[in-house]
Amino acid sequence: MFHRESGYYKTTYAADMALYPLPIARWTVAGIALAMCIAPFVLHAYYVSVINLILVATVGALGLNILVGYTGQISIGHAAFMSVGAYTAANLAVRLDLPFWVTLPAGGLMAAAIGAIVGIPSLRIKGLYLAIATLAGQLIIEWTINHVPWISGGMQASIEVPRPTLFGAQLRTQHQLYWFLLFFAVLAIVGTLNLVRSRIGRAFIAIRDQDIAAEIIGINIFRYKLLAFAISSFYAGVTGVLYTYYLGIANYEQFQIVTSIDYLAMIIIGGLGSILGSIFGAIFVTLLPIAIRLAMENWGAFLFGDADINNLIPNLRLMVFGGLIIVFLVLEPEGLNRLWRNIRSYFRVWPFSY
Amino acid sequence: MLRRLKLLSTALAGAALVLAAPAFAQKDIVIGLQCDRTGATQTVGVFLCPGYHDYIALVNSKGGVGGAKIKALEIDHEYKVPSAVESYERHKKEGAVLISLYGTPQTQALTQRLTEDKIAGTSPGFGTAAAANGDKYPYLFPIAATYWSQATGAVQFAKDKLGGSLKGKKIGYLYFDNPAGREPLPVLEALAKEEGFEMRTFAVPSPGVEMGAQVLDIAQRFRPDFVIAHLFGRSPSVSIKELKRAGYPLSKVVSFVWGASEADITAAGGWATAEGYYGIQFAGVGSDYPVLKEITEMYKKQGKPAPKEMASTVFYNRGVLIAAIHVEAVRNAVKAKGGTNITPEDVKKGFESIKGFTLGGLVPPLEINNVDHEGGGWVQIFQAKGGKWVKATDWFRAYPTLLRKMLATGA
Repeated sequence: MFHRESGYYKTTYAADMALYPLPIARWTVAGIALAMCIAPFVLHAYYVSVINLILVATVGALGLNILVGYTGQISIGHAAFMSVGAYTAANLAVRLDLPFWVTLPAGGLMAAAIGAIVGIPSLRIKGLYLAIATLAGQLIIEWTINHVPWISGGMQASIEVPRPTLFGAQLRTQHQLYWFLLFFAVLAIVGTLNLVRSRIGRAFIAIRDQDIAAEIIGINIFRYKLLAFAISSFYAGVTGVLYTYYLGIANYEQFQIVTSIDYLAMIIIGGLGSILGSIFGAIFVTLLPIAIRLAMENWGAFLFGDADINNLIPNLRLMVFGGLIIVFLVLEPEGLNRLWRNIRSYFRVWPFSY
Repeated sequence: MLRRLKLLSTALAGAALVLAAPAFAQKDIVIGLQCDRTGATQTVGVFLCPGYHDYIALVNSKGGVGGAKIKALEIDHEYKVPSAVESYERHKKEGAVLISLYGTPQTQALTQRLTEDKIAGTSPGFGTAAAANGDKYPYLFPIAATYWSQATGAVQFAKDKLGGSLKGKKIGYLYFDNPAGREPLPVLEALAKEEGFEMRTFAVPSPGVEMGAQVLDIAQRFRPDFVIAHLFGRSPSVSIKELKRAGYPLSKVVSFVWGASEADITAAGGWATAEGYYGIQFAGVGSDYPVLKEITEMYKKQGKPAPKEMASTVFYNRGVLIAAIHVEAVRNAVKAKGGTNITPEDVKKGFESIKGFTLGGLVPPLEINNVDHEGGGWVQIFQAKGGKWVKATDWFRAYPTLLRKMLATGA
């Protein structure tokens, strides 16, 4: 991740397959883990809430990246899978009074099932056509939730859910919820890291690079494409459940098409087909608007009047956000992850050019 | 060298003094203001938020509340839920004593947080109607007529227009097919039973710009005696255009609050097209209110022209109304506490003691208490007539007993 190696000295298969082959990599990961553990004790609830949003977004971005980045299928319906997870968990939690460790996997599994169904067109069509098919999935799911009170819980299409309880204590504050969200975000990251280097992950990558060739070498396209949709939707469903517990309400209006596009933006900016890229993307898309606003609040007063500033901040934020996305993608079409790798390889030989 | 150092240290000390000076002044009272100037409902936000800030500036120019200035910290959340959560936490960090929420999904996402943190939030014209019940939602204040109150108001208005009885009459309900659009349905159904009229619903799917079939159905097949419209965004203007084209008289159409602005009329093709169209309002419309004149005066004193947003009186005045009710709640809190070091809990009680505050007719005769967080559900109906909105009724509220019953059961 953040390390640099020199040469290949591996003598066993186990060493070759290690997730973090070098001690320095293990130390870096340990360092980050330590920082994440200390963070809530030193940070104000506001900053913790921002991290919480990033953690939830990371799970969703990872899931979408499995589908789009690793398997090469596109989905503009991911927000709908999130709402499937959210409503499944909310109904189970409210009607049957089930705890989160039942509702969370249940929400994920339900989303996986629906996702596999929506993914069926991917067996026949690709690219833009598949995008439209998944868009239809998004709209159908939205409509269904909107019109079936048995799912949506009534006219308002929102179900209030009690906060998660752990060992009899209810997790309410941002700090308490941080641990809840961190646990599942880490689980999602470790899960994806291992998924993509497993047999399944390699099959996904083979399908992405050339699906006919993949079929010829014996990969069951039917199975793996649907599996990609199911796994990816499982992540999306879990994201929806996490949102539901984090906000205390399941509401489909926050899982509309705009959200799907936001998540696509995250993985494209972060880097398709990379785990670190998904995390970078989630951080970037969540933090950039906040950073731009903070900068404007602190230094904007030198340039503009008070009344103008309120109108300028949001508009300028959109412009800077859009501009930065273009700049990043022109600089490095493969996203922030590639940019990070470029920086690393530059410093590897520094101060020499190569 | 030494002399220069001395000079430098004096300058630094002076600077420190200047920087420290505001610390002696009274602490500002912070209000968290959520806005949407760039998202899905930006057509509202660009007028509503300046109205809010102008009223706060007016209060501050008169010395603030109890000597303390009010600071409305605006955060634009683009109508997105994660941004709204972030902005709420930021407001809380800055010590906001109340939160001006914006948007239905955002309100719902923050409802539980508000209760846990014991901070009052307001949701005028959006959120859920059930929030009017202060027992169930102690920290959520609609402070303006909810969709349920608007529905009863619309039916009452139709009844008055149709000669005092709705028995055997037909009413069409044209609505945006989302939770907010469907929210008034139980109220309308209950009223149809009570008043004996036939109601038929016409749903317009999102994004609501295509409703030719529904309007033809209304005008040619169902031929209702009155139409109640509840649409958002671009769709109200489309409905005006389509109803006009289908030959349905616009003077038999009454729209809910988000389909009754100047912008809707302009988008529908101008005032001549929309002549006769009725709109429900929860804030006064037009510029004929003393508070608006004061704002213009304030700008004149600063040597500036009145802001151009004032011309869009429907949304601008709503911004002024929201700000005015917030300031009134803060004022009540300061009065009760006897100082400006108020807490969110004080402001919540301040909201619950608002009474007889009308701002020269811009605000309805609200009466908010610990049970009724809506303040009575007052509405006023305006008609598009001769190039502007003309008052068609005074402030009124309809079927309060039915509403109270439904709120209690939480239908």
